[in-house]
Amino acid sequence: MIVEILISIFLLLGSGLSLLGSFGILRFPDVYGRLHSATKSATLGVIGILTGTFIYFIAVEGVFAGKILLGILFVFLTAPLAGFMISRTAYRMNVKISDRTVQDDLKKYRENPPEK
Amino acid sequence: MLPIVTQISIVFLSLSMFFLLIRLVKGPSMADRVVALDTIGINLIGFIGLLMIMQNTILYAEALLIIAILAFISTLSFAKFLEGGIVIDSGNSD
Repeated sequence: MIVEILISIFLLLGSGLSLLGSFGILRFPDVYGRLHSATKSATLGVIGILTGTFIYFIAVEGVFAGKILLGILFVFLTAPLAGFMISRTAYRMNVKISDRTVQDDLKKYRENPPEK
Repeated sequence: MLPIVTQISIVFLSLSMFFLLIRLVKGPSMADRVVALDTIGINLIGFIGLLMIMQNTILYAEALLIIAILAFISTLSFAKFLEGGIVIDSGNSD
């Protein structure tokens, strides 16, 4: 019973965070804010769901599912990297920054790039 | 209790996929669409985890890993392609 409550907490936390992350992707004003929401909430949500699945299989079924652990590790490693690549691409494609942005540290490098 | 929780989680994930689909169609720039696609790929992993609980099988773990790898690789190649059109830079192209 207590294991079921633990699994339910993980699953609900994960899916709720995923829903919040997608809502942030829908509502943030520019790409960089959307990336903030995508790479934090959505990734943590999926990690929560997979942790719940792992606990379910080890407690209810008695199977140690190493592949799920591998999946958690893989998502944990690759999602921030993908977010970083998209944000770099967006900045080099000159995607417009929202009007409410107060600081743009890369601007001086874009206007006069350093010598190679 | 666990079947109800699993179904609620699937409803939440479906709603989030719907939001992402809106962003995928609407997105003002190409980078927005890539963000939405990447997050759809990550959400699919969660879907497979929930399906594993619902159908009580462990056989979908391989599909989970393969979808994770494909989502990552496709996001990276989309980013490189949008940046300059060269996906694999061998260094002797110019």
